[in-house]
Amino acid sequence: MNNVVDLPRPVLNVSPKLLLYAGIAVLLLTGVFSSYYTVSSDSEAVVQRFGKFQFLAKPGLHFKLPYGVDTATIVPVRRQLKLEFGFGTPNSTNRDQSGDEPELERDMVTGDLNAAQVEWIVQYSISSPEKYLFQVRSPGATLRDLTESVMCEVIGDRTVDEVLTIGRTEIAQEALKRLKSVLLGLDMGITAEQIQLKNVHPPAPVQRSFDEVNRAQQEREQLINEANGDYNRVIPKARGLADQRISGAEGFAVQRINEAQGDVARFKELLLQYDKAPAITKQRLYLETMNEVLPKLGPKIVIDEDAKQFLPLLNLK
Amino acid sequence: MKTIIILFLTAIGIIVVSSMAYTVDQTEQVFITEFGKPVGKAINSDPAKNEAGLHWKLPFIQQVNRIEKRILSWDGPASEMTTRDKLYVTVDNFARWRISDPQVYFTKLRDERSALSRLDDIIGSETLSVIASHDLIEVIRSDKDRKPARDEALTAANSNLGLLPPIRYGRSVLDQQILAAAQPIVKAWGIELLDVRFKRINYKSGVIDKIYARMASERNQIADRFRSEGAGEAAKIIGRKERDLLSIQSEAYRKEQEVKGKADAEATGIYAAAYNSSPSAADFYQFVKTLDTYQKTLGKDTTTIFTSNSDLFRLFKHIEAPKAP
Repeated sequence: MNNVVDLPRPVLNVSPKLLLYAGIAVLLLTGVFSSYYTVSSDSEAVVQRFGKFQFLAKPGLHFKLPYGVDTATIVPVRRQLKLEFGFGTPNSTNRDQSGDEPELERDMVTGDLNAAQVEWIVQYSISSPEKYLFQVRSPGATLRDLTESVMCEVIGDRTVDEVLTIGRTEIAQEALKRLKSVLLGLDMGITAEQIQLKNVHPPAPVQRSFDEVNRAQQEREQLINEANGDYNRVIPKARGLADQRISGAEGFAVQRINEAQGDVARFKELLLQYDKAPAITKQRLYLETMNEVLPKLGPKIVIDEDAKQFLPLLNLK
Repeated sequence: MKTIIILFLTAIGIIVVSSMAYTVDQTEQVFITEFGKPVGKAINSDPAKNEAGLHWKLPFIQQVNRIEKRILSWDGPASEMTTRDKLYVTVDNFARWRISDPQVYFTKLRDERSALSRLDDIIGSETLSVIASHDLIEVIRSDKDRKPARDEALTAANSNLGLLPPIRYGRSVLDQQILAAAQPIVKAWGIELLDVRFKRINYKSGVIDKIYARMASERNQIADRFRSEGAGEAAKIIGRKERDLLSIQSEAYRKEQEVKGKADAEATGIYAAAYNSSPSAADFYQFVKTLDTYQKTLGKDTTTIFTSNSDLFRLFKHIEAPKAP
C-alpha cells in the first residue's frame, strides 16, 4: 500500500530585514578576516594604504584596515637568494634562479677572441623590500640580465688563460664589484653578496688540446726528473769511488814511506855491525841465505871445475 | 517602505562615491580621460614625487587610466650581425626603460606589447649599425688600459699568448652610442630609455669552427714546445752527468798518481840517502840485495849448476878452503 503523505512544504519566509542582517554579517566577517596578517620570521611586510606606502612590518601578528584599504605584501628579506647561470638546479622555488637558455649563457668570448664556457652563480638578498617592490617591475629578471652583462664584460677583458686558470677569483671579485655599482645606481632594493665561478672549461671541441698541454707539461717534468734521478744515482757514487781511490793512494804512500824507513833503519843497524866485521858478516849472511835458498831449488848439479864436456851426461829435457 | 528608500539612497550614494574615488598604487601612474580625451596632468608620474593614495575625480564622465610606473625591461631577440672586420656574431642586448609621459604613451602606443615591438625595431637597428661600424674586439673588450695577468709557463712557449688586442672605444662606449641614437626616437612615444647593455655576444656557428681550430693549434704548439723543452732539459742533465763523471774519475786518477809518485820519490830518497851514506854502505847494500834477490827469484823450477870452485862448494874438494882469489 502506498500511503501518500503530504508533507508540509517549508515556507521560505525571508523578510527583507533578515536579508539585510545576513548581508551585514557577511560584510563583518570579511572585514574581520581582512583585518590582520602574519609576517614570518624571515620576512617583512610592506604595508600600503589606498596604494600608498606606509611602513614596514616586522615578523609577527599585525592588524590593518580591512576591505582592501590597507594591503600587506610579504617580502622574504632575510632569505639568501641565488641565481644560476650556465646551468640549472631543478625544482628551485625561486622562479628566476635558472635561465631558459643555460647553454647560451655559458658560451663566452674572451678578450683574446677565444671561446670559453663559464658557469657561475650570484648570491643576493633583498635589502629594501619597498624598493624591491616599487622600483623595478621584474627585479629578479633584471638582476639576471645585469649579472650576465657584467660577467660577459669582465670575461671580455680577460684572456682565455685568465678565465680558465690564473684569473678565476679575480674575475669573480671584479664582476661582483661592477654588479654592486650597477645595482647601487639602479636602487632596486637588492644587494649582491657574492659571485662564484663554478665550472669553467674550454669548449668541448678544443678540450683535448688543452688537456694535451697539461699532459705535455707533466711529461716535461717527468723527463727532467728522470734525468735528474739518473744524475743523482751516478754522480755521488762516482765521488765516493774517487775518494776511495785517493784514500787508497794515500794509504799506499804512507805504507811505501814507512816501509822505506823501516828498510833503511834495518839496513843501518846491519851496516853498523857489518862495519865492525865486514868479512865474517858477509860470509854469515851468504851462508844463511844459501841455507834458505838451496832447499827450495829444483835439480842441483855440482861440477868439478876441471871436468870438461860434461854436457852429454846431462839428461836435459 | 521607509527602509527601502533608505537602502536605495545608500546604494546610490555608494555607487556615486565609488565612481568618484580611486586609488593610485606606488607602482602605477594614472591619468584621467573624459570621453577618451586626456584631461589634467598625470598623477604619480614623476619618479621623484610620491602621489600614491586616494584621489578624487568627477563621477561617471571621467575615467581612470593606469600605466606602469616602475622601470621595465626590454630583452630583444638575439640576432645575427656582421662586424666591421666581417665576423659573424650573435648579439643579444637588453635595455631598461620607463614610461615618462603616460598620456603620449597611451595615445601613441596603447599598450606595452606594441611598445616592446617598437623598441625591438629601434634598438635592434641601432645595434646593427653600431656593430657594423666597429671591429668585433670593440664589442668584446671594455677597459682600454687593462694589462692581463700572464701565465709564465705558457707565455714562455708562445709569446703571442696571453695578450689582449688593443681597442679604441670598448663595449661601454658602444652601449652609449646605441643609447644615444635610440633615446630621442623613443622619447616621441613617451618612453624614457634608461640604458642599453650588451648581454651576450657569441660567434656564429660557421665562424666558431675556425676559432676552435685556431685555439687547438695554439695549444698543440705549446704542448709540442713543452715536450721538446723536457727532452732538451733532460739531455742537458745527462750531458752534465757524463761531464761530471769523467772529471771526477780523471781527477781521482790524477790525485792517485800524484800521491803515489810523491811517496815513491820520498821512499827513493830515503833509500838513496841510507845506501849512499858511505862506500861500505853501498857495498853492503849491493851484497845484501843480491842475496835477497837470490832468495826471491830462485825456486824449484830452477836447475842450478855449481862448480866446485864456487864459494859455497870450495870445501867439496879441499878441507882447507883455498883462499878466494
